[in-house]
Amino acid sequence: MTTGTLNPRLQEIAEDFSSVPAKDRLQLLLEFAEELPPLPAKYADHRDLLEPVPECQSPLFLAVEVDGGDAVHLFFDAPREAPTTRGFAGILHAGLDGLDADEVLATPGEFSSQLGLSDLVSPLRLRGLAAMLARIKRQVREQRA
Amino acid sequence: MAVPFDSAPKFQDYARPQMLVSTDWLAEHLDDPGLVVAESDEDVLLYETGHIPGAVKLDWHTELNDPVTRDYVDGAGFARLMSEKGIGRDTTLILYGDRNNWWAAYALWVCTLFGHPDVRLLDGGRAKWIAEGRPLSTDVPQRPHTDYPVVERDDTEFRAFREQVAAHLGAPMIDVRSPGEYTGELLHMPDYPQEGALRGGHIPGARNVPWARAAAEDATFRARKELEAIYQDEVGLRPDDDVVVYCRIGERSSHTWFVLHHLLGYGRVRNYDGSWTEWGNSVRAPIRRGETP
Repeated sequence: MTTGTLNPRLQEIAEDFSSVPAKDRLQLLLEFAEELPPLPAKYADHRDLLEPVPECQSPLFLAVEVDGGDAVHLFFDAPREAPTTRGFAGILHAGLDGLDADEVLATPGEFSSQLGLSDLVSPLRLRGLAAMLARIKRQVREQRA
Repeated sequence: MAVPFDSAPKFQDYARPQMLVSTDWLAEHLDDPGLVVAESDEDVLLYETGHIPGAVKLDWHTELNDPVTRDYVDGAGFARLMSEKGIGRDTTLILYGDRNNWWAAYALWVCTLFGHPDVRLLDGGRAKWIAEGRPLSTDVPQRPHTDYPVVERDDTEFRAFREQVAAHLGAPMIDVRSPGEYTGELLHMPDYPQEGALRGGHIPGARNVPWARAAAEDATFRARKELEAIYQDEVGLRPDDDVVVYCRIGERSSHTWFVLHHLLGYGRVRNYDGSWTEWGNSVRAPIRRGETP
């Protein structure tokens, strides 16, 4: 896979964001926040298994699993009072969960710039999204090694 | 003034009781003509998840800042913003937000630079309103536009710039960041990396009083006596002092500015919004590390 291209699901998300007027993008981000699945019991009862992402403005924890078929499964925990961070997690979940490890690793680190959010969300908050992705990719690499 | 003040006993102890309203008061006056409520949050999506019914959103990042220069909007920009929100010059503006009103206090300070005559904070902010089980709405109100006059920003009274801070060395100064940022162990807020500076530490002479000490557990401001115990007994400030407050970009210190100026009645308090992201990146600016002011 060529590095620098978005997988079809992330591509569709990026197109959804860029096709709506700026003021509707926050609403879209909120939808991703609301669609983020809750943690399954195996993590909800064992939060120590989650990796903290301190780069996010609000507490965010994630877990990454690469299964025997090389598919990546993502789990996120973010408080409801932090909808922006939840929204970012929701985008990554919708765009990457279940994909092959190679596809996840090929996701460009700066893909968030294609969402058209930079005028709406401060750069710091967007870096939280990039940090989540970087940590996901690192865990995928470690688990395959 | 058309909209009455909140006569809650707690507020009467403060120097300017009219600067605060309680959740009880707001619930009662929500539909008063001449009153607009605005939410200003750290998390830019919180308003969309539900806000005080009728409240408009005021975004610090996209609306109060100039999009290019590191500065606030100018008089024309502020007039446009207020007009679009349906806020008139004679409107009673009630601000509230998340995290102990941190960003709401910042918005209030910016409104003050433009001399908006009647702007108040909701004591306890978003957290207290929600904790009390009060209604929230996701309806975004469409208020009729107003004709807010163009009033140029006055940066002389409540805002300090780098050169003025350099000239203020040795005079009363409060660094409201976390102890780790103050001593220089951290180059950024805990949990907020990359909003940092090249050098860590504090402006020599500045005393460290983390901003949130002024807030109680329920996000309301502490009673006047408790505030005096912190800022006067502990740090030694006096109401006639000329005080500069700063943090990282001037948001947390807006909260302390509000406390010193409006609640304790200090006459001369300026917020240095360049704060550590300017000072800690400035060539040859004096810096002290460690706990000694």
